[in-house]
Amino acid sequence: MSLVKLEDVRKVYQTGGVVTEALKGIDVEINKGTFVSFIGPSGSGKTTLLNLIGCLDKPTSGKILINDMEVGQLDRKDAANFRGNNIGFIFQNFNLLPVLTVYENVEYPLIMVQNVPKNERKERILTLLEKVGMLDQKDKYPNQISGGQMQRVAVARAIVTSPKLVLADEPTANLDHAAAYKVIEIMHNMKSQFGTTFIFATHDSKIVGEAEIIYALEDGLIVDSKIQNSKEKN
Amino acid sequence: MKNILKIALRNLFRYKRRTILTASLIAIGVILVIVFGGIAKSFKNEVIGTLTNSSLADIQIHKKGYLSSIDNLPLDLNINAGDVNRIEDVLKRNDQVKAFSERIRFGAMISNFSQTTSIRLTAVYPEMESQTCPDLLKRIKKPETDPIHFIKPGEIIVPVNLAKGLNLKVGSDAVLVATNKDGSVNGINLRVNGVAESILGPTGRDGYLHIDDAQSLLRIDNGEISEIAVKIKDFNKLDNVYKQLKTELMSIKDNSGKPLYEISTWEELSPFTSIARIVDLLIIMVRIVLISIVLISILNVMIMSVYERVSEIGTISSIGTSPRKILSLFLVEGFSLGLISGIAGSLLGMIILFLVKVTKLNFTFGRMDISLSPAIPINEILFTILIVVVISIISGLQPALKASRLEPAVALRHV
Repeated sequence: MSLVKLEDVRKVYQTGGVVTEALKGIDVEINKGTFVSFIGPSGSGKTTLLNLIGCLDKPTSGKILINDMEVGQLDRKDAANFRGNNIGFIFQNFNLLPVLTVYENVEYPLIMVQNVPKNERKERILTLLEKVGMLDQKDKYPNQISGGQMQRVAVARAIVTSPKLVLADEPTANLDHAAAYKVIEIMHNMKSQFGTTFIFATHDSKIVGEAEIIYALEDGLIVDSKIQNSKEKN
Repeated sequence: MKNILKIALRNLFRYKRRTILTASLIAIGVILVIVFGGIAKSFKNEVIGTLTNSSLADIQIHKKGYLSSIDNLPLDLNINAGDVNRIEDVLKRNDQVKAFSERIRFGAMISNFSQTTSIRLTAVYPEMESQTCPDLLKRIKKPETDPIHFIKPGEIIVPVNLAKGLNLKVGSDAVLVATNKDGSVNGINLRVNGVAESILGPTGRDGYLHIDDAQSLLRIDNGEISEIAVKIKDFNKLDNVYKQLKTELMSIKDNSGKPLYEISTWEELSPFTSIARIVDLLIIMVRIVLISIVLISILNVMIMSVYERVSEIGTISSIGTSPRKILSLFLVEGFSLGLISGIAGSLLGMIILFLVKVTKLNFTFGRMDISLSPAIPINEILFTILIVVVISIISGLQPALKASRLEPAVALRHV
């Protein structure tokens, strides 16, 4: 069953007098509980596509359905509400809030978005921090931990609300080899354990190697797609 | 809300130096308002107290039309004896009236037998006058200090400037010549028994004598007087007492149905009222300066804050934080900065006022020795904090709105 469905999605940016067609008609269907990777050179439209799926931006035309709900034209408030309850984000630069501790960063969406009661919140956060190996660092601030650790916290923050979908834009680009594999492993575990769908926009061959479906983007169009089975991945 | 406040405060103290500098600037503004306001009000109250307690009294009652010709001290606009009793009955019934004094005021010529000059005189019953203007005695240099007998029949208290000019000393003889309301001239021999220091206002040529002598000099045998000066128990209730008395006095009417008497507070009788209004205006000006400081400081800090945190705004927005909560985060940040600065400034302002009060700052204003003893103006402080907080919220509104309206995709791209 498909979780994400894009029908002839186009995105045109107009900056001053310059018109840029970032996406030229994307049709994609992504099933629940899959690891999907969008690859392509810079400017191919990967981040734009992720922004549209993540309700961070609106398509110029076309339909975006998540769980059979049309989300492409949600207003600012409804889009925020939808994101908070259904989508997790992982960023290239980790984007942890510097004034909050590791624990508080993971807690943020549960307080500010979902209003989860304190006891339940605590249990979920501590469980997740243990799973990502950051329990012993829970009281540290982001500037007191390494890049790999920050991204593990970011993963925990992305999935603490139990979203159906996690979007990750170049999640391993700023990590060394070992840290990158650790983060990928955590995401794999989350997928297996919670059935979360992960969609990546990446250049990184490590992530591409882990993806079940790979879409290649070029100049705003999907030019190739590939399904990898577990044997191929190994 | 607790979490919004926690995040707002942490963000505020993330840029410690900038926050401390801005908070200091606002706190200095608050100190300025509180200290200036406290001292200015203390000065004003001190001067008003001196004026009302030594010559004007709090309220004066005259026959209708007297006030507009008060500079001429007319004798044909006196209150007759029957009405004096009616007015005094009204005064006695009012429990806020502490004392009142009957006065005859007139102009005369005073002579030391070789030189003659004009003088303005207030004829009083000393016991009534000393209760109505208790500080009057402090301004009179004389051997006799008993308030009930500070002036006796046959005596005159002359103003200091005039005493110097005519070389009159305590014990000197002087002749007073005056024209009564019928136009006949009469004279009386009096002995100088005191010299009155002038204070701010039209008292530079004012002397005092006993009301019996004035009645004799002016051939008033029907008990009429020029004015009744009134002292009330609580000066803060002046407006209320004035309104109560006015209502009662306005019901005393002449044959044509017009009020026979007019009632005035010290404000209508003293030129210091203008100075008092200027002081009030200055306090308002200082408040406006404070508002400007707060407005510009908070606006600057919040604009910087939003600009520096565009990417963070994109992050919290993508996580699902509603635009309303993003707006609240920044508004609470501006509010907290204003509140902290306002409280800090108020505390320091109170300490400074307390020190001024303890040290009893003394100086001379006109011929008045002013001793500043500012009260801690709790209402003023609360009002100042309220102004600071409200202006902080208003000035934080534009940057906060900007933050809440940022497109998350655009904000995330911001470096």
